[in-house]
Amino acid sequence: MTNYIFNPDLWDRYGGRFLSGFVVTIELVAITFIIGFFLSMIVAVAWTSKNKWVNLPARAYMFLFRGSPLLAQLYLFYYGLGSFTTFWQSAGLWWLFSSAWNCCLIIFSLNTAAYQAEIFRGSLQSVPVGQLEACKALGLSRWTSFTRIWFPQAMILALRPFANEFILMIKASAVASLITIYDVMGVTKLVYSRTYDFQVYLWAAVLYLIIVEVVRQIVGFAERRITRHLRRI
Amino acid sequence: MAEYLALLSFSDGGWGKVLVAGAFVTISLALCCLPFGLCLGLLSALLIRSKIAVLRIGATIIAGIFRGLPELLTLFIVYNGLQLVLQYCAQLLGYSGSIGINAFFAGVLGLGLVFAAFSSEVWLSAFNTIAIGQYEAADALGLTRLKTFFAIILPQTFRNALPGLSNNWLTLLKDTSLVSTISLVDIMRQTSLAASATRHPMFFYSIAVILYLLFSAITGFILKKIEHRYAIAVKRVAL
Repeated sequence: MTNYIFNPDLWDRYGGRFLSGFVVTIELVAITFIIGFFLSMIVAVAWTSKNKWVNLPARAYMFLFRGSPLLAQLYLFYYGLGSFTTFWQSAGLWWLFSSAWNCCLIIFSLNTAAYQAEIFRGSLQSVPVGQLEACKALGLSRWTSFTRIWFPQAMILALRPFANEFILMIKASAVASLITIYDVMGVTKLVYSRTYDFQVYLWAAVLYLIIVEVVRQIVGFAERRITRHLRRI
Repeated sequence: MAEYLALLSFSDGGWGKVLVAGAFVTISLALCCLPFGLCLGLLSALLIRSKIAVLRIGATIIAGIFRGLPELLTLFIVYNGLQLVLQYCAQLLGYSGSIGINAFFAGVLGLGLVFAAFSSEVWLSAFNTIAIGQYEAADALGLTRLKTFFAIILPQTFRNALPGLSNNWLTLLKDTSLVSTISLVDIMRQTSLAASATRHPMFFYSIAVILYLLFSAITGFILKKIEHRYAIAVKRVAL
């Protein structure tokens, strides 16, 4: 019976692949989340801008990436834009579109940036306006009041939604397996297609649940840490 | 331009009819998941709030699992796993043929479970906003527990849950694109077929993205209207 859940022979043969898939998933999510984070700040600031030519593109970008499935975006980029081979070759950008890994990095970054910008915008707006007025009254420069007053307070509110977005990214990264990336999901499908042994799906499930749970615990810890000035004794 | 329009035409050689069929599959899948997921989500929220420890812990763990698993993996597990389980049961009953399950059914089940797991969280936080006085007042009026729940608590909860649920719906709509991987011919699969047959991937994938954007925008608009309508009781009146 235990062989249906965990077959040691199967693990001996494919365990290494699973671990490398695990590393790929983590790498993919970590890189794209960080790129997305910086990109999202630009988008969020553009969104709040009063200039129509600045905020309209930001809005359009967020609508586009939040309104359509990641899978469709990935296919559009990898198969769609990637089909103009000669054009990219002459432009010297073919290395970008020929590799599934690069396409994943770009699309995942753009996708998560749109979601993170929404979080950023919401949390920046929910900092009480009195805080900013106080900055003005103290004669702080715009840069100082942003980095010292506005941003840190917004981050407290944004932490939990950011963590949720990170978890969503981990889950969404499974889609990368559909364009030949061997992340956890990709390895699982490969092993299943070779062995037809259903337990590999359960392994993958456990692996994903572990990643998600670890992230959740870390965030819980971080949240307690940055809100310690708000706690009652 | 005319060449592209011809690709979309509804006559022979055009892909219009096929794309509409794909869109129909996507929409009907999402609409089938909706009642299933909503009811299951409500049920699991009630179980999580129940005083019986076994039910509470069980529901919490199951909801946690379906929130933590990638939707793609959930779909594969439901599609392949259900087939294996049914096969095993059939063998016990003495039937030895092979059993295949309907991909549409597997899609509804898988995405419905994910939708239920996420909506249970929304339901829970909506329940928490109901003041205890509502329960006490219902008790004072001598209403039965069932009546209290359906006539007093649920309508108010629904109003609070609506914004969260409409977010869940938009996520569900986008997640339906994943069913193309379990051999269900939805928009995504249909555009892939069209793209490889005509060698215009850019064009067809753009159409797919536009269709999804259209669905999101339309249903988002409708949901905003419904939210507005439901919030009428708590809206402030401009004097």
